[in-house]
Amino acid sequence: MGGSASLLPRDALRADIPEQAGDLAANPFQHRICHVFSTSETGDDSMSFEDFLDMLSAFSDSATSEIKSHYAFRIFDFDDDGTLDRKDLEQLVNCLTGQGEESRLNSAEMEQLIQNILEESDIDKDGTINLSEFQHIVSRSPDFASSFKIIL
Amino acid sequence: MSQPPSITLHVLESPESDGQEPSPDNERALHTSFHQLILEQSSLLEAGLEMELRERDRESPARLAIPDASAMGWREPGQGEEHPSYSSASLQILASMPSRTIGRSLGAIISQYCNRMAQLRRRSSRPPLQQLYRTARPSLRHYDLESDPSRATLEDKRSLLVKELLSVSPNQCSHMLLTMPLSLAEKRILRRRLNGQRGPLRQHTHSWAPFSSCAWSKVCVILGCRGLWYRLLSLLRTAQPWHYALKQIGGRFGSSVLSYFLFLKTLLMFNFFSFLILLVFVVVLQAVYPPASVSPQPFTGLELLTGAGYFTHSLLYYGYYSNVTLNDPCSSSPEGSTCPLAAPLLPYNMPLAYLFSVGVSFLVTCILLVYSVSRSFRESVGSSPEDLAIKVFCAWDFKVTQRRSVKLRCENICTQLKELLVEQRSLSRSRSCCQWLGHCTVTLLAWALALGSVLGCALAVHYISQHMHVVQQEQRARASGRWQREAILLVLPLVVSLLNALMPHLYNLLAMWEKQDSPVTRVYVAVCRNFILKTTVLSLLCFQWLSRSVTCTTEECWETCVGQELYRFMVMDLIFTLLDTLFGELICRLILEKRLKTKPRPEFDIARNVLELIYGQTLTWLGILFAPLLPAVQMLKLLLLFYIKKSSLMWNCQAPSKPWQTSRMSTVFITLLCFPSFVGAAAFLSYTIWSGWKPSTNQGRGGC
Repeated sequence: MGGSASLLPRDALRADIPEQAGDLAANPFQHRICHVFSTSETGDDSMSFEDFLDMLSAFSDSATSEIKSHYAFRIFDFDDDGTLDRKDLEQLVNCLTGQGEESRLNSAEMEQLIQNILEESDIDKDGTINLSEFQHIVSRSPDFASSFKIIL
Repeated sequence: MSQPPSITLHVLESPESDGQEPSPDNERALHTSFHQLILEQSSLLEAGLEMELRERDRESPARLAIPDASAMGWREPGQGEEHPSYSSASLQILASMPSRTIGRSLGAIISQYCNRMAQLRRRSSRPPLQQLYRTARPSLRHYDLESDPSRATLEDKRSLLVKELLSVSPNQCSHMLLTMPLSLAEKRILRRRLNGQRGPLRQHTHSWAPFSSCAWSKVCVILGCRGLWYRLLSLLRTAQPWHYALKQIGGRFGSSVLSYFLFLKTLLMFNFFSFLILLVFVVVLQAVYPPASVSPQPFTGLELLTGAGYFTHSLLYYGYYSNVTLNDPCSSSPEGSTCPLAAPLLPYNMPLAYLFSVGVSFLVTCILLVYSVSRSFRESVGSSPEDLAIKVFCAWDFKVTQRRSVKLRCENICTQLKELLVEQRSLSRSRSCCQWLGHCTVTLLAWALALGSVLGCALAVHYISQHMHVVQQEQRARASGRWQREAILLVLPLVVSLLNALMPHLYNLLAMWEKQDSPVTRVYVAVCRNFILKTTVLSLLCFQWLSRSVTCTTEECWETCVGQELYRFMVMDLIFTLLDTLFGELICRLILEKRLKTKPRPEFDIARNVLELIYGQTLTWLGILFAPLLPAVQMLKLLLLFYIKKSSLMWNCQAPSKPWQTSRMSTVFITLLCFPSFVGAAAFLSYTIWSGWKPSTNQGRGGC
C-alpha cells in the first residue's frame, strides 16, 4: 500500500461492491459494511479500491482487536449516531436472525433480549452502548476476533 | 446564551482523570471556569444544531466525510423523550462527549489518538517541575484536545497529531499508525506529512535523540528488513496447503467444523517434524548401509493390513536397524579377533543415533505442543459466552459466505437466542426438590452405566488378547498356514476399533436419556466419557506389551512385535473411520431422505472426530521407538482422512445447529493432546528405555 499515485483516475475505480464481491453477497451486513468503509463524497456507498483495501485490512488476521471492535461498532450502529441504542440493537438482532417471518423473535422476546444486553453492557446506565462499553464487552469474548474475519 | 443552563451532569469518568480532589480554596474557581467551558460548548452546539437541522432538511444524516467539528451530529432533541431523566441540554453535552463522538467522527478519532500519544509522552518524560495538578483550571490540568474550542478544525487536529507522532521513535510511530482505525486516504496524508517533516528535522535537536545519519541508515535497514519479512510472510501464506479447501469448509459450515480440519493440519505438522528428524538421522543412513539380513518373504497384499510378512525385515521396524557402528568395516567380524582395517573417520553409532533421534523428535514435539497450548489458552481466556450481549455481538461469523449457509446460520442464531432466553426465564424459577433429586439420580445412574461399560470393554479386551495368545501358540505348534496365522493377528485390533466406534453411540443415547440442561455440559460430558474409554483400553494394552506377555514368532524380537501391533491398530483405526464415515453419514443421509422424506441431514460430530484424531496420534507416539516410519504412516493416514472427511462433509452433512464455543473447545482438545496423550506416550517410552531394557538377543543380524 505504498504507491502514491494510481494509474487510473480515482473515480473510474469506484464500483458497486455488494452484488459483485462474492464474499459479501449473502452477508446481511453487506450494506452497513459498504456504508462504513466507503469514503465517497456523493454518499452512494460506492467503494474505491482503497476503501476495499481498508475493509480487507480491518477484516484480516493481523488487525488488532481494537480496530476490529471499532469497525464492528460502526457497522452495528445503524443510525450513525455514535451509540447503540434500542433501535440499533433491535435492527441488529433482526439482521442476525434473518429475513424470514418465522425466524424472527417476537416482541416480548426481543424486549427481554435487549433488556438483558443493556443490563450486561451499559456501564453508565444511560440506556445506550457507546464505543468503550462495546469494546469492553467484546474483549471478553475470545471468539470475536476469529468471527470478524474474511478469508480471501 | 443569556443564562447558563441548569444541568444535572452525569459526567463520564474520563480515563485521564487521576482522581485528585480539588483543594477547598480553589473550588469556586473550579466551578466558574468549568461553567465557562460548558457555556462555550453550548454555544457551539447551538450554532451547530441550527446548521445541522438545515442540512437534515435537505439530505440524509451527517456523513463521516464532513470533516468539520461543527457538523458533529448528535441525537435529535426529540429523542430526549426516551430518557426522561435527562434534559435536552444535558443530552447535548453528553452527545459531544468523546465517548459518543469517537464512534463516528474523523476529527474525534484523530483527537483521541492525539490525547493518547500526549499521555504516553507525558508518562515517559520526567514529571514537570511545576506541579500543575493543583491548578484549578481544568483546561491546564488535563488538556483534552476534544473539548478545546480553539483547535476545532480537522487541519489543526491533524497537525497536532503529526507533531505528537514525530516525537516518538519511527518504530513506535508506524506501529501507532497501524493501529489507528482511520481510512487509507487519511493515513496516507499523515504519512506524507511525517515524511515531509522528518527530513528537515534532522538538523533540530530533540529531547528524544539527535537524529544522526547513522541512526537514520539503521532505521532504513530495519524498515527494509521488515518489508522483506512481510513479503516472505505473504509468500508463505499463499503456499499454505489446502487454503481454498479450508475456506470452502469455513464458508459453508462456519468456524466450529473448521476447527476439526485445522486440528488435523496441526497434527500433520507435528508428524512432519518427527518424521523429518528420524528420516535424516536414522532411516536414510540405515538404507545406505543395509545390514545383511535374512531373505525377505515374498510380498502379498496382506502386509499392508498386518504389517508382518514382507515388512517384518524392512526399514519399517526396529528389528532392521543395526546395533553396531554403521561405517565400521570391522563390525561384522566375530568378537575376539583383531581387525586389520583402520577405524573410520566419522563413526556413526547406530543405537546411539536411534535413541537420540527418538528423544529429539519427542522434545521438538513437546516444544511445539506447549507453544500451541499456550497460544490457545491466551486466545480463549475470557468469561463465559453465555452472556447474551456477547452472544449477540459475536454471533455473526463473517467467514460464512454461501447464501444457503447464511440462511441456515440465521436460523441457528434465532434458535440459540430463543433457547438462551427460555433458559434464563427458567433459571429464575427455582427447581423443586423432587425434580432435583430425580435429576441427580438419573445423572448418577448414567455415569455408573458409562463407567461400567468402560470396565466391561477393558475386561473384554483383556480376555480376547489372552485367548488370541493361546490360539497363536496352538497355531505355532500345529504349523498352520501363513494366512491363518496372520489373520489371527488382526482380531484384537478389530475388536478394539469396533468398541471405539460403537461406544460413542451408546454414550449419545445415554446423554439423550439424561437430558442435561446446558448444551455445553453435554459436550463436556460426552468428551469425558469417550476419553475415559479410550485411555483405559490403551493403558491396558500398554501394560500388556510392557509385561512381555505377547510375542509374535521366534523370528522377530519383542520390539518389532510391538511395532507391528501398533501398525495394525493404526490401520484398523483408519478402516473403521472410513466405514463409520460411510455408514454414519452417507447411508444415514440416504435413509433420512428416502424413508422419512425429511430435509435434515446428519450433523458432523466434531467432538467424536477430534477424539479419534487424538487416539490415532497417541498410537503413533507410542510406536515411534518401535517403528521409526510410523509418523510417515500417520501422515498418509491424515492426508487420506482430510480428503475423505471433506468430501463426506460436503455431500452429506449439514452445519451444526448446537452452539459450539470454538476457541474454548480447541483449547480443550489441544490440552487433551498434550497432557494425557503425549505425556502418557512419553512416560511409556521412558519406562521402556529405563527399566533395564536389554534389546532382545534372539536375532541374527539386526538390532535385536
